[in-house]
Amino acid sequence: MARPDFAAIARWIQPGARVLDLGCGDGALLKYLEKTRDARGYGVEISDIDILACVKNGVNVLQDNLEADLSMFESNSFDYVILSQTLQAVKHTERIVREILRVGKEGIATFPNFGYWRNRFQILRGQMPVSKNLPYQWFETPNIHLFTIRDFEAFCQQQDVRILERVVMTEGVSINFFPNLFGSLAVYRFDRKT
Amino acid sequence: MQDSASVGIVNPQVTHIDQPLTLKSGAVLNCYDLVYETYGELNAQRSNAVLICHALSAHHHVAGYHSEDQTTVGWWENMVGPGKPIDTNRFFVIGINNLGGCHGSTGPVSINPASGKPFGAGFPVVTVEDWVEQQARFATWLGIEQFAAVIGGSLGGMQSLQWGIAYTERVRHVLAIATTPKLTAQNIAFNDVARQAIITDPDFCGGDYYSHGVTPKSGLRLARMLGHITYLSDDAMAEKFGRDLRSGTYNFGYEVEFEIESYLRYQGDKFASYFDANTYLLMTKALDYFDPAHAYQGNLSSTLKNSKSAYLVLSFKSDWRFSPDRSREIVKALLDNNLDVTYAEMTCRHGHDSFLMFDEHYHDLMRAYMNNILL
Repeated sequence: MARPDFAAIARWIQPGARVLDLGCGDGALLKYLEKTRDARGYGVEISDIDILACVKNGVNVLQDNLEADLSMFESNSFDYVILSQTLQAVKHTERIVREILRVGKEGIATFPNFGYWRNRFQILRGQMPVSKNLPYQWFETPNIHLFTIRDFEAFCQQQDVRILERVVMTEGVSINFFPNLFGSLAVYRFDRKT
Repeated sequence: MQDSASVGIVNPQVTHIDQPLTLKSGAVLNCYDLVYETYGELNAQRSNAVLICHALSAHHHVAGYHSEDQTTVGWWENMVGPGKPIDTNRFFVIGINNLGGCHGSTGPVSINPASGKPFGAGFPVVTVEDWVEQQARFATWLGIEQFAAVIGGSLGGMQSLQWGIAYTERVRHVLAIATTPKLTAQNIAFNDVARQAIITDPDFCGGDYYSHGVTPKSGLRLARMLGHITYLSDDAMAEKFGRDLRSGTYNFGYEVEFEIESYLRYQGDKFASYFDANTYLLMTKALDYFDPAHAYQGNLSSTLKNSKSAYLVLSFKSDWRFSPDRSREIVKALLDNNLDVTYAEMTCRHGHDSFLMFDEHYHDLMRAYMNNILL
């Protein structure tokens, strides 16, 4: 079963597009996009285990630290640069978003919405949220930048990033009613404000 | 005892090629011998052939044994064999001793038909490009139109890279391991010190030591000792030898005291006893000269613009001789051309020599990549 955000992303990808997936994990999204959208591209990963999984999955993967820089990639060399559930784990958020829009014509980012009501509820109960989209305990989480849909949109505004499309979902179902409260996962497509 | 995943006892074969080969230097070899070994079976579609390109001091004997004697083991036995990462149950694997070598292919030790004496220093300088040309002709002679993969580490990686440049239509996958698109000044410097050690050995005799009944052993030994230091990492040496003393105490003299000295001298002596000094000179020159981007104003991306092969580029973090940065230059050029490429930077601690060593992750990656090659 593909993750629900995969299908949302795939719908936005033009057939035959050139895609860069930053923090691509085992390469499942790339493989999905190759199959469903005839996309071609590369994943970037830092962990040995994920690199091996990508090779087994038959997707192109490059072992690199995407926090360092993306200097291996020329400007405008990809149709889409994807950051799937990775933005909340990167240290230099501004830099990575800038690099995404340097290398790619468009960026696609998915992230767990910290404003989801269950998260808020756990905070109200006095505990940091642990859920399906935020499965880690506070002391072991790789997620160092937790933010909400509203935070992200304000960030885009401030960074001259133009939001082109947004899908918010919970358990794979699209949420249109108070998405910052009822949506657990946000998927955005964006480009540079010209 | 040979382990069950070995190709077992293999017999090298020799072929004589009569078609003249014009070398990059302009010199012509009218005819030459090539010694080679093959493992596994060529399938009916002839689509499963894999060429293994050897590095500086290796040869055609990649896997298996030449006799029951365990010391006759091939140089990449841990990588090539039935069920191994380069699986001889699936692939038809070929190892060739390159021209200029000293293991049976025509080289400085061979008799020059024109003079009836060994070529010696008169053997023409051969380059990576020449070897790839020689390998391509050999493949044609063997009836192989296209390789499933051409694989090499270090100087062998330069050859696999050159395949992707010069004969891309004849290779589907290029595996370039611990290699570089060109040597750095530091690398050339090391090579020249090695060459100077050989050339200034009184027994070198201008390269014609064969007719004087001597070999420049002390020069070759020094060259190998220097090379060996650069193939290992500081950490690996520290781990293996540290400051250990053979007798446990300082002797306040110049004999062997530290274990590392003993090890290097042993390696140097062993190497000098079987390797040909002229071949060593020639191989280091081939390393120095390799720079395929030179003809493209130094632009490696332009050099690879006609390439259609898929690439696996691997480097080792502890390799300071051919560092990961050099591999990343290759990767960048492949990306610029939209080619299929996978790149991994491995943490093996053995320095440049890591490509020859067993490491679980390294071998898992090789196996996974090879398994996905369609036949």
